[in-house]
Amino acid sequence: MLGTGILKGLYVTAKNLAGSYHDPERLTTIQYPEETAHIPENYRNYPFLVFDGAEAVAGLRCTACKMCEKECPPQCIYIVGERDPATKKMRPKVFDLDISVCMGCGICVEVCPFESIKMDQHFEVAATERFEELLLHREQLAKPDSYYHKIHPTEAAVSDGVLAAEKRKAEERAAKAAAAAAAKAATPPVPPTTASGEPVSA
Amino acid sequence: MTVDSYTALAKHFAAIVAETTTPTGAAAPAPFLETLPADVLNWVVNFLPDDAHWLRWFLTSIVAIVAILTVFGLTFAFLTVTERKLLGRFQNRYGPNRVRIFGVRVFGFFQPFADAVKALTKEDIVPTAADKVLHLAAPAATVAFSLLGFAVLPYGRHLTALAGMDAALLYFFAAGAASELAIFMAGWSSLNKYSLIAAMRALAQLISYELPLLLVAVPAVMVAGTLSLSGIVEAQGGWLGGVVPHWNIFTPWGFAGAIIFYIAALAECNRCPFDLPEGESEIIAGYLTEYSGFKYALFFMGEYFGMAALSGLGVALFLGGWQAPCEFLQFVPSYVWFYVKLVVVILSFMWMRATLLRLRMDQLMRLAWKCLVPLALVNLATVVFWERTAGWDGPALQAVRWLAALALVVVPFVLLGKTLSAGFGPRKYRYA
Ligand code: SF4
Ligand code: SF4
Repeated sequence: MLGTGILKGLYVTAKNLAGSYHDPERLTTIQYPEETAHIPENYRNYPFLVFDGAEAVAGLRCTACKMCEKECPPQCIYIVGERDPATKKMRPKVFDLDISVCMGCGICVEVCPFESIKMDQHFEVAATERFEELLLHREQLAKPDSYYHKIHPTEAAVSDGVLAAEKRKAEERAAKAAAAAAAKAATPPVPPTTASGEPVSA
Repeated sequence: MTVDSYTALAKHFAAIVAETTTPTGAAAPAPFLETLPADVLNWVVNFLPDDAHWLRWFLTSIVAIVAILTVFGLTFAFLTVTERKLLGRFQNRYGPNRVRIFGVRVFGFFQPFADAVKALTKEDIVPTAADKVLHLAAPAATVAFSLLGFAVLPYGRHLTALAGMDAALLYFFAAGAASELAIFMAGWSSLNKYSLIAAMRALAQLISYELPLLLVAVPAVMVAGTLSLSGIVEAQGGWLGGVVPHWNIFTPWGFAGAIIFYIAALAECNRCPFDLPEGESEIIAGYLTEYSGFKYALFFMGEYFGMAALSGLGVALFLGGWQAPCEFLQFVPSYVWFYVKLVVVILSFMWMRATLLRLRMDQLMRLAWKCLVPLALVNLATVVFWERTAGWDGPALQAVRWLAALALVVVPFVLLGKTLSAGFGPRKYRYA
């Protein structure tokens, strides 16, 4: 009969109205500032720098090798390196990232040999100014390893494995070098002697 | 004018004041709340000297206008947010729930205040080529014309702004027809083709639907024997066994009439599914395309006022106006009942909006001229039969009366429905 379709439709909408009050499952809206959407593990936007230990800038893994700076397609990374007077190691004096230019490609992550630069998931980056506020410095970019583990657990585990393997390799290499040095010291073809004929102490 | 005619005029106004302020039909003992609005009015007017008829009339009018504007202005404000929230719920969303004032967030019900600030502070854009005067006058005219109808609505037993008007229904329709002019003014003056198309659509639609609207109002007038809305409401008084009210909607002709009235009223207020004049998907915002800021808000206000006025008329014609639904519920003041019914009708409009899709122009016209008008005409016959057989006594005759009247309503509807929907079966999908 004419009009029954309308009644059916009215029933459907009435069911929605009643249902939306007693069955929160029906409401698909995520009320943003209070609730946040679930972010998948592989979500990425722009990079951050991982640091170990307690001090942010001092603990940076970055060695200012500038691989990422060279590879970054839109050229949004700017690095100035310096040598740490205490450890004689290179570290970034300036590490700037223009997040208004970064396109989130992740190439910097792929080329970094020191597991230092990783993709972030922080998306609330609204700023009141277009240039300075969107240019992040090393202080803002430095985030602890624990944060990395929180946002990308799988990737961080792999990264830890790489670092551990590298460390082991370095240790083995050091041990080998030490052994070689020791062997060298133990079987000297002609032990060097001092003028007085006594062996040189190590 | 001579002094004599002045005194005659003054007497006339005095009579109007007396009619508006003194309770009519004071058969029932008037409880305090029932007469409260009239008492307040009397109290205000009595500050003036007794013989200042002009001033008294003026003050009475002002008080009535202020009261109507306040009540329906606030109703409008909260209807907008209610509508948005309800539409959300009908579609499994939350709807607006953010606005807070001093940290208080009443489920977002402060939204209208935020909207008002926004509308007031927006830039008012007038197209260079527009007819500036008409462009400015159209929103004001919309609100003004849609407010006219409120003057004759019986809000309560002792609560009608123009109680003395015995051609209230005629006045109401005349005032309602004027709103078409305002819409056409808006469409024409914008000098925008979308606005003009919308204005033409609106004119065609409003004129077409005025006819069924008038035709189904006639039976109520025939039964009550008066054009006065208060009279029509009073004629619907009384209860069957104290619980079933004698409202027009509970008779076969009243039921059919109420449904036709409902559909035609939806079309008259340009509401979904008859919102062709504002068809966003086809003609941007229709006649509102060139309006912004507060003028836009005024159109909205006019639309809601028109909707409230038409719903009020429907309540008075079919839902017993301010009559309580059951005898024992009479302790609630009559104006509360009127307001409750009004809000229920408006909420059902929103339900319709959430459910139905917009019609096409030809479907709109077909519905009016091929379906509603014939049914409304048949309804006239039904009500004649119903009134002629009012004297039939006894359960058997009453049953015959009801069955015959119901048949008069249902059979034409089914037949018409069959003819109209012939050939419009469920669509079969044939892989495009
Ligand atoms: S993610 Fe891509 S664009 Fe962004 S800094 Fe890294 S290499 Fe540059
Ligand atoms: S590639 Fe890695 S270590 Fe080299 S500068 Fe970039 S972040 Fe630092």
